[in-house]
Amino acid sequence: MDDYNFAYLDEDTKRMIRRALLKAVAIPGYQVPFSSREMPMPYGWGTGGVQVTAACLKPDDTLKVIDQGADDTTNAVSIRKFFQRTAEVAVTERTQDATIIQTRHRIPEAPLQPGQIMVFQVPIPEPLRFLEPRETETRRMHALEDYGLMQVKLYEDIARHGEIATAYAYPVKVEDRYVMDPSPIPKFDNPKMNDSPALMLFGAGREQRIYALPPHTKVESLDFEDFPFVAGKADHPCAICGSTESYLDEIITDDAGSRMFVCSDTSYCQERSVQ
Amino acid sequence: MYVAVKGGERAIDNAHAWLAEERRGDPAIPDLTVPQIREQMTLAVNRVMAEGSLHDPDLAALAIKQARGDLIEAIFLIRAYRTTLPRFGASAPVDTGAMTVSRRISATFKDAPGGQILGPTFDYTHRLLDFALMAEGEVPAAPQAEANAQDTPHILSFLDQDGLIERALPDDTPPRDLTREPLELPADRALRLQSLTRGDEGFVLGLAYSTQRGYGRNHAFVGELRIGTVEVELNIPELGFSVEIGEIELTECETVNQFTGSKTEPPQFTRGYGLTFGQCERKAISMALVDRALRWQELGEDFVGAPAQDEEFVLSHCDNIQATGFLEHIKLPHYVDFQAELELIRRLRTAAMEG
Amino acid sequence: MDDIFAGGFTDAPRQSADAFRAALEAMARPGTRHALQAQAPAPLSPAAAALILTLTDTGTPLHLAGAHDTDAVRRWIGFHTGAPICPAAEAQFAIGTWDALHPLDRFAMGDAEYPDRSATLIVEMAFGRPTHRLTGPGIDGHLDAHIPGDRPVAFPLGLDLFLTSGGEMSALPRTTRLEAL
Repeated sequence: MDDYNFAYLDEDTKRMIRRALLKAVAIPGYQVPFSSREMPMPYGWGTGGVQVTAACLKPDDTLKVIDQGADDTTNAVSIRKFFQRTAEVAVTERTQDATIIQTRHRIPEAPLQPGQIMVFQVPIPEPLRFLEPRETETRRMHALEDYGLMQVKLYEDIARHGEIATAYAYPVKVEDRYVMDPSPIPKFDNPKMNDSPALMLFGAGREQRIYALPPHTKVESLDFEDFPFVAGKADHPCAICGSTESYLDEIITDDAGSRMFVCSDTSYCQERSVQ
Repeated sequence: MYVAVKGGERAIDNAHAWLAEERRGDPAIPDLTVPQIREQMTLAVNRVMAEGSLHDPDLAALAIKQARGDLIEAIFLIRAYRTTLPRFGASAPVDTGAMTVSRRISATFKDAPGGQILGPTFDYTHRLLDFALMAEGEVPAAPQAEANAQDTPHILSFLDQDGLIERALPDDTPPRDLTREPLELPADRALRLQSLTRGDEGFVLGLAYSTQRGYGRNHAFVGELRIGTVEVELNIPELGFSVEIGEIELTECETVNQFTGSKTEPPQFTRGYGLTFGQCERKAISMALVDRALRWQELGEDFVGAPAQDEEFVLSHCDNIQATGFLEHIKLPHYVDFQAELELIRRLRTAAMEG
Repeated sequence: MDDIFAGGFTDAPRQSADAFRAALEAMARPGTRHALQAQAPAPLSPAAAALILTLTDTGTPLHLAGAHDTDAVRRWIGFHTGAPICPAAEAQFAIGTWDALHPLDRFAMGDAEYPDRSATLIVEMAFGRPTHRLTGPGIDGHLDAHIPGDRPVAFPLGLDLFLTSGGEMSALPRTTRLEAL
């Protein structure tokens, strides 16, 4: 791919994204507008994450790409290949060996380490979007720290269902200021964001937004005193490695609808199975 | 052991190989060449250039070939290529009044200086399949006439002379650039027009049609529709003058809209504007209607809740590359979110049944 | 160094990638020091020069404060980045010593809807012994560092600082709380 620049993007575009990233880190949880570019993969398939990763990658990085926790899902393979071709960086499936981890919908099970960067692919960065479709309105709400609409929604959930009926993309509050969408990770992963030693960057390409959580940032899942947040998962051990700690995928194994539960984080599962 | 997630890489490689074979079709049939597409699928090429925001008929034709005729896919290929190109500068605004017109019609005046030129249009063809095209054959030459050497004045300028239409004053404010800055709302008219000219033809057509049916009706007449070539000039600061760098084909539509006045504006005709690369007249007319509908605030009209009046709605949804990407991404694995939902639904059902 | 053509990145894509990561790390972990090098006319430090090459271009108005506003610096920036030189109020980036940058309320702090529309200051200084205890996002507990002084913050509005000293750089985002030692 000699026809393209290191990490694909031209330097002007990288600088623009880098400036947005620095502001995002300086204002944790606030969505910085950036002029997202058309990428050679479709909007909605990780163009935001890909642009953030492209702007961050340096030649000696080791990249891990996961989708649904797995390194070998087709879109993860496709994105990893893209960076192997355009940036010639080393790649890995081991969470511990990666310097940058681009992810869709999961935070790995292995604890993250200082110096690591997580890059999240984000479809709808605005946590208030499904309560108020207008950007002009939600921007005002964030400015005024007016999150009443969200409180009402969560409260109505509890009144109707006895619990907050949001299982993924569960909203968080960052440093007691901005309400933030953690991307569609299962709420099981939410606690991993609080006080994490790793830097977390979020890229929404189609929606043209970048936001960030510096390491050791206070990230609280929204809840009520009498209805505290609970990070749930299927109540089974992994059928392969036996882990009772990890988030599980449910698999239908025969026509009778029999089920088995296995780790969604394939790297974690494999390492435990080998041991 | 369960290994369904493994093998992603091989699956992708195989899918690509199969796709290449399908794209080629029956090898006994001659391969379609890019020049054939450029010359004979011109309107598809024009649409790809217009919505791809890149004037390059050869690349547009290549994209159509590579995309197996899927025009949105072709537009996507062009957009992705376009973003990698360095930008050397901005051209001077093109002068459509100096257009060499191949088609020029007005629905508001029977005749006007410069005349009406029907040009190469489907308008009065009877939509009967021409089975002769199934056989190969030469097309008889069309009759020729002397080109008009004069500039062709805009028809709306005659109304302007009488003060019957809102003035469209020149404005040298550099417009914001949708491809270089994030969309910020509210947008101004220049940004809306940029967005509409890149917007999906079907989406813009549907919105325009909705205004005609009463969802923000704006009583449009095609004051003028012109198609032809204009010169593109680039200012070279080092030289102190501008240089012609080429010619491009454009379609321009100006609508005349009835307007009985508002709290702030006297009764007069108002304007809607559409401009696209190539011959894309359905798109240009649609664009003009939607442009006019979006101007309600500036003209002191009421917002009647029509989709075509709603700037945020229109601009956020008219880009087919954004739309198709996000729409189609729901094909991607969502095991994790779905599993989270499954657990939630099971828990709620248990609670509901126990309660 | 008077040659305005010298000192840019010879391999911009890779060198600016390294420099940016240092800047990102610095902003994500306030007070930590990072090496950063590029050559530019005095009084620009190597670290400040590298930040300018990495972050500015024709779209980022830059303010040169005090002794940093020299013809050689202007020409070097013009040649290597094209960043337009501007008054403090319009600056997206500003560079100078702590005193030269004052008063700091000249710089944009963003607005409630767009707090990111704030200036980033590159403060040229000489790192010495820690002066302040730093706490806040990016810091595990607390960190002691040499900070030139406090700056106006009305979170989420505020100024973000890079501190440069020779070939070293650290950062102070608006979120960092300072306590004088």
